[in-house]
Amino acid sequence: MAAPSSVAAFGTTGSYLDTFPGRRGLWGWLTTVDHKKIGLMYAAAMFTFFLVGMALGFLIRLELLQPGTQFIGPKTYNSVFTLHGVIMIFLFIVPGIPAILGNFILPLQLGAEDVAFPRLNLLSWYVYMVGAVMALASLFISGGPIDTGWTFYAPYAVNTQTNVSWAVLAAFVLGFSSILTGMNFITTIHRLRAPGMGFFGMPLFCWGLYATSWIQIIATPVVGITLVLLFLERTLGIGFFDPSRGGDPILYQHLFWIYSHPVVYVMILPAMGIISEILPTFARRTIFGYKAIAMSSMAIAVVGYLVWGHHMFTVGMSDTARWIFSILTFFVAVPTGVKVFNWMATLYRGSIEVRVPLLYALGWVFLFSIGGLTGLANGALATDIHIHDTAYIVGHFHYTMFGGAVIGMFAGLHFWFPKIYGRMYDEKRATWAWGLIMVGFNTLYFPMLILGIMGMPRRYQDYLPQFSFWHMVSTIGSWILVAGILLMFFNLLRAIRHGKIAGDNPWGATTLEWKTSSPPPLLNFAQAPVVTTGPYDFTEILAKGHDPEAKSL
Amino acid sequence: MSADHAHALEAGRGNDLPVHRDDEGSKTGMWLFLFTELLLFGGLFLIYAVYRSMDGAAFHHAAEELNRTLGVTNTVVLLTSSLTMVLSVSALQRGNRSRSLAMLTATFLLSCCFLVIKYFEWSAKYHHGIFPGTEHIHALPAGEGLFFSLYFMMTGLHGIHVVIGMIAMAIVFAKVRSGSINQDRHGALEYVGLYWHLVDLIWVFLLPLFYLTN
Repeated sequence: MAAPSSVAAFGTTGSYLDTFPGRRGLWGWLTTVDHKKIGLMYAAAMFTFFLVGMALGFLIRLELLQPGTQFIGPKTYNSVFTLHGVIMIFLFIVPGIPAILGNFILPLQLGAEDVAFPRLNLLSWYVYMVGAVMALASLFISGGPIDTGWTFYAPYAVNTQTNVSWAVLAAFVLGFSSILTGMNFITTIHRLRAPGMGFFGMPLFCWGLYATSWIQIIATPVVGITLVLLFLERTLGIGFFDPSRGGDPILYQHLFWIYSHPVVYVMILPAMGIISEILPTFARRTIFGYKAIAMSSMAIAVVGYLVWGHHMFTVGMSDTARWIFSILTFFVAVPTGVKVFNWMATLYRGSIEVRVPLLYALGWVFLFSIGGLTGLANGALATDIHIHDTAYIVGHFHYTMFGGAVIGMFAGLHFWFPKIYGRMYDEKRATWAWGLIMVGFNTLYFPMLILGIMGMPRRYQDYLPQFSFWHMVSTIGSWILVAGILLMFFNLLRAIRHGKIAGDNPWGATTLEWKTSSPPPLLNFAQAPVVTTGPYDFTEILAKGHDPEAKSL
Repeated sequence: MSADHAHALEAGRGNDLPVHRDDEGSKTGMWLFLFTELLLFGGLFLIYAVYRSMDGAAFHHAAEELNRTLGVTNTVVLLTSSLTMVLSVSALQRGNRSRSLAMLTATFLLSCCFLVIKYFEWSAKYHHGIFPGTEHIHALPAGEGLFFSLYFMMTGLHGIHVVIGMIAMAIVFAKVRSGSINQDRHGALEYVGLYWHLVDLIWVFLLPLFYLTN
């Protein structure tokens, strides 16, 4: 055990990074139940997978630089884009923000010592790692890497010789980890809010996680059983998705999207929560329309559950079903619009301080607005016929998933980095990285929207000469983007050891996590906090005049 | 917040310190978990509904193959086991440990009984070649094949849940006996009870869908 100055103060002073009640070193990390350390363990694993996924995406773009085969044959190409999707979706984006930033920040924002079930939290990490290892193992064991696309559509996923069985079981295991995290967060939010903090006194990131957690526990079991059935279809031939035995492959698509559409909101809602934290902090004024933002998260979670059919407009559904799904899809844009307008109203007449997290947040709003609006074009029945399964779709979901979820995570990382490590990254370099990412991102993905409308199908390794120009632009964009991301990671990793000491509240933010030291002590707060004001009350900060070097209040 | 407190929180070894105890929170977590279990079966119920609406006649015909007597007997067995489970929980709440243990044992034996009956049902089907992937199944009309696939998937998944429930019972049995689950801290026993009722409830839906549908 560490030797604190007095026994009674154990875990309430010093940094959690140096405080180990039991064993120290690697073993101390692997057996910890501290939500902050678990968050960092997730971060280590997930960013590794992210870099692998990024490398695969980079290869895809390189292959598409010119028509014809450059260096990846068609079969390998199928595997590469499948792995890119599986790794990015199942190992990184879906669990990403809740597992990394949610774990770290949620208990701090609620004024709690830990999540409700700390040991379960550690178990979730191990379950996640088992799933991840299974997914990666499917590359190397007999059958070879899967080539079905990340959606595992029947009947091809049933018939292909590649290793779909391992991959779907891996996704099942990963889903289990997701469910456990969701249960943990809901219980934490219900039971561990600080005295004086009602549901509508919570920071909006907590609301985002709350809505996310409900989707996780409602939707994940359905895809879990569906993937198990796909596995049994391959091994036993149960016939549910096999037309020759009376089954229906389209039923697989329904069951898959009943989960996988809501899970889009699992990816995006926590990111929206992060943006709702950053904007008021740097505008120095309370968020506009707090309740509307909180409730719109819940509305998105509810309506988002009912729109899965819009992935299947062209596969054979009754007209009635199609227009109902189409209308519901338009409905889900309403709460999103509510959020965007509230964010803009928050900035209006704020005393804006432009720092790196704000840049990311503004970039996020820009990219996600493109993602959302291009999504409405997909949701309209007539246009969808034209752009279904084209590069337009690829462009659209990268604007939402990457531009939304991942850029949101980057924003959160830059916002909370000084809290997590107590040190500040080089802001100038961070701004450069942000600029490269923004330019690279749009150069990479906007041409895909154009290509799709021109008729370029998705998932093709080769293309006609008329698509060459935009493919080349897109590939050049991927180089800029990768450079930006690598610079960002370099900057952050370097700052862990070499950054300037940040101070407890470098941004002048108001939520509870900024009222403890940076990095926080093992038990988060020296004294259990009592909440007397709303989450975004800047009167005290403004009255004092913000001093970036200030110690905690 | 004492050092002991912090230590136990971190190490999570569940020693007898009053660590972060929140029965209401634990119960919330358990109910959420049960909810996910319902949805896990929900996917299968959905598939059942779709294929039955497509070919109801085949479902009726295939259901005649199932042994209704055994199905109903098993229902009675499971419902009784739920009763003994409740009695075990309430006995412990009133501080009667030996009675609680006896009732838990009865629940365990009844669930064994359920599995034995299930075993005979499954093996009889298997001997008749009614099992996913056999020639016989492929020769049947498509709707009947789907019915039997659903039958094996749903009762199989339910059976797995029964086995998990029995393992959980064995664990809480040991803990009640050692006294770490007692009158003041009976949460774990109660949660196993909740889980067991869910297993029971799902069977109550499986019985009419498979055995009584003809």
